[in-house]
Amino acid sequence: MLMETDQKSAPTGAEPKVPVLALREVTKTFPGVTALSEVSLELFPGKVTALVGENGAGKSTVVKIMTGIYQPNGGQIEIDGSPVRFPTAQDAGDVGVTAIHQETVLFDELSVAENVFLGHAPRGRFGLIDTSAMMDHSREILDGIGASIDPRTKLKDLGIANKHLVAIARALSIDARVVIMDEPTAALSQKEIEELYELVEELKAQGKAILFISHKFDEIFRIADSYTVFRDGALVGNGAIADVTEAELVKMMVGRDVSQIFPNRERNTGDEIFSVDGYEHPTEFADISFTLRRGEILGFYGLVGAGRSEFMQALFGITRPSSGKVTIDGEDAIIRSPADAVGKGIVYVPEDRGRQGAITTLPIFQNVTLPSLDRTSKNGFLRLAEEFKLAREYTERLDLRAASLDTDVGNLSGGNQQKVVIAKWLATQPKVIILDEPTKGIDIGSKAAVHEFMAELAAQGLAVIMISSEIPEVLGMSDRVIVMREGRIATEVTGEDMTPETLVRHAAGI
Amino acid sequence: MPKQIFTSREFLLTGAIVLLLAIIATRFPAFIAPSNLANVFNDTAPLILLAIGQMIVILTRCIDLSVAANLALTGMVVSMINVAVPGLPVPIIIFVSVAFGALLGMVNGILVWKLEIPPIVVTLGTMTIFRGTIFLLSEGKWINAHEFSEPFKAFPRTELLGLPLMSWIAIAAVILFSVVMSRTTLGRAFYAAGGNPHAATYAGIDVGRTQFWAFTISGALAGLTGYLWVSRFAVAFVDLAGGFELSVVAACVIGGVAIMGGIGSVVGAMLGALFLGIISNALPVVNISPFWQLAISGSAIIIAVALNAQANREKGRIILKRAENAT
Repeated sequence: MLMETDQKSAPTGAEPKVPVLALREVTKTFPGVTALSEVSLELFPGKVTALVGENGAGKSTVVKIMTGIYQPNGGQIEIDGSPVRFPTAQDAGDVGVTAIHQETVLFDELSVAENVFLGHAPRGRFGLIDTSAMMDHSREILDGIGASIDPRTKLKDLGIANKHLVAIARALSIDARVVIMDEPTAALSQKEIEELYELVEELKAQGKAILFISHKFDEIFRIADSYTVFRDGALVGNGAIADVTEAELVKMMVGRDVSQIFPNRERNTGDEIFSVDGYEHPTEFADISFTLRRGEILGFYGLVGAGRSEFMQALFGITRPSSGKVTIDGEDAIIRSPADAVGKGIVYVPEDRGRQGAITTLPIFQNVTLPSLDRTSKNGFLRLAEEFKLAREYTERLDLRAASLDTDVGNLSGGNQQKVVIAKWLATQPKVIILDEPTKGIDIGSKAAVHEFMAELAAQGLAVIMISSEIPEVLGMSDRVIVMREGRIATEVTGEDMTPETLVRHAAGI
Repeated sequence: MPKQIFTSREFLLTGAIVLLLAIIATRFPAFIAPSNLANVFNDTAPLILLAIGQMIVILTRCIDLSVAANLALTGMVVSMINVAVPGLPVPIIIFVSVAFGALLGMVNGILVWKLEIPPIVVTLGTMTIFRGTIFLLSEGKWINAHEFSEPFKAFPRTELLGLPLMSWIAIAAVILFSVVMSRTTLGRAFYAAGGNPHAATYAGIDVGRTQFWAFTISGALAGLTGYLWVSRFAVAFVDLAGGFELSVVAACVIGGVAIMGGIGSVVGAMLGALFLGIISNALPVVNISPFWQLAISGSAIIIAVALNAQANREKGRIILKRAENAT
């Protein structure tokens, strides 16, 4: 922290002219990806600013920059008009910037009071934590926000709504001036949401500047004073919420230049090859049914947390559905494990390639052949020549450039690791391929290659299911789109009906 | 390819062992006479056998602290069989020791696989249970040299082509498991399950079952070593090989086996065991107190882990650089 703040709390009532916190042309790049390019954002005391944008528009990155988790590559952060830097999260906290995250970042095994005061607990004699003062202060703050929570309760015993309240109490305890709420209502019931709105009003009245990130337009129009829209890491619009309509916001969110070109493909789909009937899961999704034809690309769109990945994992045998039926090539298929799924010709290319995709400690060829070892081995013995042949065939098809197939995957770039993962799955010669966010976090060039390849797969008669949160990708690649919301199919659209507006409306439930 | 060989952990470790031998030779040249080196190898054979099993277990992100207790329990069981039925041929004794050891390993494996108990807890528990079982079986009594049959005691010392069978068994195990690890689907599964359990699951590998087999192999090798140990030293008792499991883990760590799983080799485990074996054999002859041996072994472990951590960090930097260059 390079700046001194002599006044801790902002003046209330007075007409705010200087933003409490402002970003000026902030840029953040990661190797191969520009997450934010020259975005500006201003937060005023006693005002709620809504930040809207698609998944991947750069909202989370902005939050991380404001809270000192990421360092911007360009531009500056200002507090009360003076430039500051937040080298650590502590520095951001010191000037009163606090974030309440989607999945609240609190400590399950600690008490409510300890969570509220972690890092700034009241000290008693000998510098030890004054537990009773901490309990009393926590109770005061919690009472102040109308939360009837015993500060001695362990956090893990609270529901999500109460955890949010604890996070808010924490924000108040450090005398926050800027409160960032990242989809705070995502997991709340209607009644809890109403209570949260009241709390937001109260925070406003106390002169806090609030950044409210949400996908739900009704709540944006209900509580925000102004809006800021991000798209692809850039600022596309801002202003007073009174001067904008829902339709205009949606348009700003999704409309974009035709810079992305998708492969032209002949859409001739074949016979039905795959069908899912009444897939249910006790907690994650319900009533999912659809069919899929050879050569078809079926897009799955939805907000983060709509249950798309959870459903696909059940389909692939990682988790068990409570009921439902799958048919492949007209025959009932029972899938109890990923090995069953691969055996039936279903493969899943997961989103998180770091955690679920490649095995970085193994060389390329061993990664590629891992699910196909049945074919490249005999009586449990590996046949290395066969393995190299298979690996070479599929890595060449994907135009993977590496010094040798013996290279450990850990030494490859992100895009090439993704290619290894895709090659691995193609080598199983699947009938149905599920691609979960296939182009997330990879550069434009690799993206085009993946799209090209997806089209080629479909042309060869494979049925492709693509989960994607990028609307242009969904619309550009899919023959049909299923939109999921809150664990259910919200709608299924084809042809003319496939417009950005329809997708966003159904995904957000407006 | 040649560059890879020269920078491999096995190559560096071989270099370290040669250096160690050279230093010892300056003070005690007879140590590096072939016959003495053969003795050192023979002495280290039990550690090599156990380290191979442990290496496989660690590869799958587990740990087996029960190996020494397994060794002692299996050793006691085959000793009691020998006392009861002195005429039972040695090959049957060997079969029983491997099978019984494997069974004990399977107990660990089942607990880790089906009940998903952390391996360190499981094997800490079974370690104590195995020791307790020896006490129950033997009523705390020792089985001494005169109670064993002659063929039972003679087997590990029997020489073949100038080396005792004990050494040959270690050599055979190194070769066998090198093949298993690099040429079979099971071996590949060990590497995959430890390298990235999530990715392995998606590829259709049952990670729990793979860990079960790792414990089974570790147990089988511990059982075999149990027979070799009691027959070589002609004694079986409750605290046989007490604390030896830590030397086994140490051999693996020095041998370049990553404690977080996914990286390691049979040859590396063998070299790690030899490194410790040479130290423990050399220190007495160069007049260094055996207490120093512990300090030296301990330092070797920390240096090995530090070097491994360093190697992994540098790798990370390379990834970032390449990613930057790629765009």
